[in-house]
Amino acid sequence: MPQSPLPFVRLAGVSKSFGGIRVLKDVDFDVRPGEVHALLGENGAGKSTLIKIISGLYLPDGGSIEIKGRAASFASTRDATRQGIATVYQELLLFPELTVAENIFLGHYPKRPRGGIDWSQARNEARVLLDSLDCPDLDVDTKIAKLSVAQRQRVEIAKALSHDARVLIMDEPTASLTQADVLRLMDIVRSLRARGVAIIYVSHRMPEIFALADRVTVLRDGALIGTKPIGDLNEESLVAMMVGRSIDQLFPKAEPMIGETILEVEGLSFGKLVKDISFSLRKGEILGIAGLVGSGRTELALTLFGITPAAAGMIRLNGKPVTIRSPRAARDFGIAYVPEDRGLQGLVKSMSIAQNISMASLDRLTRGILIRFAKEAARATEAVKRLGVRARGGIHQPVGELSGGNQQKVVIAKWLETSPAILILDEPTRGVDVGAKAEIHAMMGELAQKGLAIIMISSELPEVLGMSDRILVMNNGRVIQVFDRSEATPESVGAAMTVAHQTLEAA
Amino acid sequence: MMALAGTPSLKAAGLRHQSGFWTKLYRGYGQETVILCAMIFLLVAVGLYNPRFLSSENLITIFSGNAYIAVAAIGMAMIIITGHIDVSVGALIGVLATISGTLAVSGYPVWVAWLLPVVIGVVINMVIGVLVAYARIPSIVVTLGMLSILRGGLISITGGAWISNLPPAFLLAQQKPLGVPAPIYIMIALSILAAFWMRYSPFGRSLYAIGGNPEAARAVGIPIERRIVSVFMIHGAFAGLATILFATQLQVIQSTVPPNLELTVITAVVIGGVSILGGTGTVIGSTLAAILFATIGSALIFTNVSAYWLRAVIGLLILVTVLADMIRRRRGA
Repeated sequence: MPQSPLPFVRLAGVSKSFGGIRVLKDVDFDVRPGEVHALLGENGAGKSTLIKIISGLYLPDGGSIEIKGRAASFASTRDATRQGIATVYQELLLFPELTVAENIFLGHYPKRPRGGIDWSQARNEARVLLDSLDCPDLDVDTKIAKLSVAQRQRVEIAKALSHDARVLIMDEPTASLTQADVLRLMDIVRSLRARGVAIIYVSHRMPEIFALADRVTVLRDGALIGTKPIGDLNEESLVAMMVGRSIDQLFPKAEPMIGETILEVEGLSFGKLVKDISFSLRKGEILGIAGLVGSGRTELALTLFGITPAAAGMIRLNGKPVTIRSPRAARDFGIAYVPEDRGLQGLVKSMSIAQNISMASLDRLTRGILIRFAKEAARATEAVKRLGVRARGGIHQPVGELSGGNQQKVVIAKWLETSPAILILDEPTRGVDVGAKAEIHAMMGELAQKGLAIIMISSELPEVLGMSDRILVMNNGRVIQVFDRSEATPESVGAAMTVAHQTLEAA
Repeated sequence: MMALAGTPSLKAAGLRHQSGFWTKLYRGYGQETVILCAMIFLLVAVGLYNPRFLSSENLITIFSGNAYIAVAAIGMAMIIITGHIDVSVGALIGVLATISGTLAVSGYPVWVAWLLPVVIGVVINMVIGVLVAYARIPSIVVTLGMLSILRGGLISITGGAWISNLPPAFLLAQQKPLGVPAPIYIMIALSILAAFWMRYSPFGRSLYAIGGNPEAARAVGIPIERRIVSVFMIHGAFAGLATILFATQLQVIQSTVPPNLELTVITAVVIGGVSILGGTGTVIGSTLAAILFATIGSALIFTNVSAYWLRAVIGLLILVTVLADMIRRRRGA
């Protein structure tokens, strides 16, 4: 691989904090022309922040950025684009009602001498760009809405090239592609590299990284763990760099008191991401569900909780078959669900802490047709104290004003008020600072010891390994492997999540 | 004490023990307090300029003549708190007033002429609610359609004619127990009842939850669709009650209702502190705002300012209120 010695973009000692939490600490990073530089790390490791700094969306708090050896600073993404840096985001940012050519040249249409837009030139140039990406099948006059995800992604790449991008940032580009489209994308990436484009490639998927990357940089908890040529690494050493810490230290696990089986699921199916799922759950047990984004973990939770009722299969609670058609039914059966996105499904931010905590258990707090405010306040006060919710304004403070960790505690408190028998936690510590994270983990341990059965979905391998009594690995909507706590290692679980995915698809 | 940390100046003034009360007032009833202060300021200022403004006859006329707007605003507040809107309420009141008046002059018992508008209001709004909740058509679209149907239908059928010769017993709004017109009692009673219901019932609470975040409301088991239909039906009942107050205040009923009545009602709700995005606000605020409009209108007359300024002043109030709401939200979220 011929590599020019001079990096196109170089970041030195870059830091970034949000609301007092340092999400990026003193990170060095560079990318050279004609190189694919893979950026890896767990969720929350700081990858997105780093990408957003390079693409001009965030200003770093400290450190410097150089472009072709000269100090640079971007006031906006437009600045970054002018300097030749373009990003293809995971959620593609195209206008569905405009055509391919219109999207590619949006904001910088070729102009006629008198100032009008030269549409025929725009269409011709779009054609040339798409041909250079080996996409002769894409018609420049088609509306984006009619294209597949993979086709839209190619339009995004063409759009980046239309800005004469010298650096292309690709954020999890294969997350929602089929295997055939993944291969095609990899070809496109290789041809861009051959043309001298510098590519920053963010992905969780090991096979792609080993097939494409020239160098790999790993971030963890906002810090740089290392940058290495791909030749110096293998899968184990890469996973070790990503996970890297002593799991036992971080997750002091109480001796579990596992009781009888409370939930049995057989052949549960809904849509494409919940396929023929069977497992059981016992009182006092923490069942971890691991898997990549899009593997069907959340969809399984939604089906168990009645938001997307099962199309097929059997759910037994305490040995009795039940049908869960709505969240209300799930709640009445003693199932609680703390969702992945607390802003979307968890909280009503305009309402107070007390009103949010009582929301799922309001029927226990009424006398006649009226809410008993004193009892509501007393329960909320107790829950706030028990879970350590920190709120300056007390229980009447609007929930929207709290930090992420405290908001999450409020969602958990809300569901604990329903005295559930089964608690489903979907990414319980995402976007939560380290202190609150430890508190949430400690609380999960206590609840399990009191006999609550917990299902925990997490994208953080250390969390899954540290907290779970058993680990169920999902892949493409199916449960592909179940590990006991004793036999689970980062390597074995990581392998079931990633490598097996490819072989499954191929099979 | 960190826990009591209010503003330092309040503490210095020795008002620390009251900061809880003021915080509570600001958090819970900020807009209501602002409107009340604005109204007192208006009464005092215009009263100084022209003392006749403060005469009891004038004040009673202001409150009584506009009570129907306040009553319609109660239902509208509930709708907007739930995250929806109804732009057809003005046309509905016009239709219901015509039906009510026609029944009264045709010799039906007075209670039929009073009751039927309420029932029809409930039924029409049930249809709206079903279309919004189950067919998932945005409420603005459904009610715009309903607005055209009702207004067009009314004009076609009545030909714009007025109904006169209303029987005296029908004229509820003209009755004055203890010297105070009936609409004032009804407005106050309904506002307090509705405010109480919204604050203390699980039903009211669920409306705030749906307006604040429907996904979260669904996840805790609130039957969103049923609640939406119910709240539209309740709104229809308030529209019916508002119709009675409106239709019985004069000897005649015009089939042309005050133009832009729905906008006046929605404006009262928004200025009263209900977020146009749903989820926050109170019924009391809407009632106060409806009275404030009437007071402004009367104040313009007593200060010899053209009444055309009323709409401009109200428009200004809307922009200021929505701006304040946006600022509050941005700080909160």
